[in-house]
Amino acid sequence: MRQLFDGNTWQEIFQSISKNKLRTFLTMIGVFVGIYIYIGLSGAAQGLDNGFERQFESVAQNTLFAWGQYTSKPYAGYKTGRQIQLKLGDVDVLYNRIPQLETVAPRNVRGVFGSDPALVTRGLKSGNYAVYGDYPVFIKIATKKIYDGGRFINDADIEEARKVCVIGERTQRELFDEDEDPIGGYIKVDDIYFQVVGVHKFTPGGGFESDSDIFIPFTTFKKLYNTGEDVSWFTMAAYDDADVIQVETDVKSVLRSIHDVDPEDERAFGSFNLGEIFGKIMGFSKGMTFLSLIVGVATILAGVIGIGNILLISVKERTKELGVRRALGATPAEVRNQIIIESLFLTLLSGIIGIIVGALTLKGIDAFTQGGDFPYTNPTVPVPYVIGSLLLMVILGVLIGLIPAQRAVSIKPIDALREE
Amino acid sequence: MIEIKDLHKSYKMGSNSLHVLKGINFSCEAGELVAIMGSSGSGKSTLLNILGMLDEADSGEYTLDGVPIKDLSETKAANYRNKFLGFVFQSFNLINYKSAMENVALPLYYQRVPRKERQEKSLKYLERVGLREWATHLPSELSGGQKQRVAIARAMAAEPKVLLADEPTGALDSTTSYEVMDLIQKINDEGNTILVVTHEPDIAEMCKRVIHLKDGVIVEDKKVEQVRASQYVK
Repeated sequence: MRQLFDGNTWQEIFQSISKNKLRTFLTMIGVFVGIYIYIGLSGAAQGLDNGFERQFESVAQNTLFAWGQYTSKPYAGYKTGRQIQLKLGDVDVLYNRIPQLETVAPRNVRGVFGSDPALVTRGLKSGNYAVYGDYPVFIKIATKKIYDGGRFINDADIEEARKVCVIGERTQRELFDEDEDPIGGYIKVDDIYFQVVGVHKFTPGGGFESDSDIFIPFTTFKKLYNTGEDVSWFTMAAYDDADVIQVETDVKSVLRSIHDVDPEDERAFGSFNLGEIFGKIMGFSKGMTFLSLIVGVATILAGVIGIGNILLISVKERTKELGVRRALGATPAEVRNQIIIESLFLTLLSGIIGIIVGALTLKGIDAFTQGGDFPYTNPTVPVPYVIGSLLLMVILGVLIGLIPAQRAVSIKPIDALREE
Repeated sequence: MIEIKDLHKSYKMGSNSLHVLKGINFSCEAGELVAIMGSSGSGKSTLLNILGMLDEADSGEYTLDGVPIKDLSETKAANYRNKFLGFVFQSFNLINYKSAMENVALPLYYQRVPRKERQEKSLKYLERVGLREWATHLPSELSGGQKQRVAIARAMAAEPKVLLADEPTGALDSTTSYEVMDLIQKINDEGNTILVVTHEPDIAEMCKRVIHLKDGVIVEDKKVEQVRASQYVK
């Protein structure tokens, strides 16, 4: 310990490692690359993790979807291949029969799933946009950020089937002038005038939504497109403590019973839940983190072994010098400690350089991917990981240093000094 | 200063053992300059190694300045070497990446002498061997004689009780050999005890006492009229 904090020791160490600069440099590369890979990979994994998290933050993770398809089994007098149409009335049944359901939002749409988008015009400007018929409860599930001064569809809109709409950022850009306040303005959706009540901020959440979507009250949609009680699909949210996968199964079996479908018919309704997908993606990024940990530790280990190897050669080369030192009064402990401190110093120095360069690289990548669609946000390595890796390097550096140090001590001064 | 009684040492060489020292009795007072002579294989280097605590005798007593030297651990031997002994080797054994001054300061480093004092002392000893202006030079920039003088300065820097020189002139031509011997004589004049192993008769004559070893025993031990090396040095 005394030796560790003694300026003289360090002077000795600097002298002995700087006498062969190229070798010292090459030795250090091993550990440097190890820690660099470790920092880079785990930072990237963390960035992906954060990126996915951000992508999903606008959607409740306990969200599930269900829609009608074609039956694959004859049942109750119906032939196979019947198209199932979800109805508004299903909502109440779902609420009643599945207590774990917190929210059920029936939705209709024009412009996706093969149907033609609505032609939207305002003065001389026009465009084709997807139009959704929605209930106010929808924003309980998928948070829509509405810009200042606007609102989403409310209950009164539904009741009175008002011709109001919430438009997207892009819709605003394309239909309104830059300094124009769209709120209160009118746009024509498939030849019917709608008043704009809000502009929603688009958050990429996967799926088919975009920054040009127009939301109108479900009841208005029904009148506009003559869809009656039809519902394209249900967007639902289960309570936080519910098992989403179980709820998904329950929803489908309830729907099968409502629509006279064989209870065994798996194809009549389509569904998926974000919880499962989210879990899979998060599992993937956890796997990435784990992988980077393994790869990083392995490369650090390889690098440290490289240092041990070089020191072993260096000890052999310095046999005579070490013998002289012993003859001049260096104790075995002093010789051993000097080699160990050399190993430790090389390990830590290259490790710290690796961490710094790794951090700079991550910062560079972050700046490069900023604002893109790529799910990659704020790639950082948690401080405990960094400290952990430093600690690992200290331990490995000392352990590896022990081998050449022991070799150095085992050389008897008399043998080292023997004239050839 | 040095007391040796019935010293034996043998080396195992495979199945047979080689009896190198067969009962050495020897004593030397402070201030003596002793030459240990003998042909190769006579055991003179082994004796010097035992005196230098680089090797241990199988049996016999060794007392250095009143301290019995026995059952040494490596650490203890290192401390004794550091305190009691200065070494001069045939091939100088300077550390090649350290300047002359740093080489001289090395034993002081192991004595935990503070840096500043180390530098002062090592400069002082370089001055005494006449190499002060070479203090910052690396061994590779020095001639053989200069290297050996640096090595002597290094051996003296720790202010040892006994200076052990193993063929100090073995790698030098006769002119430089005499220079080195002149230096050794001067150091001896100041009262330092010095043991020189050599096989050159002219070098031995420059000492005050000559011991002849043959086949592991002392066959001759005589005081000689010292030949001053300074007369050969210009």
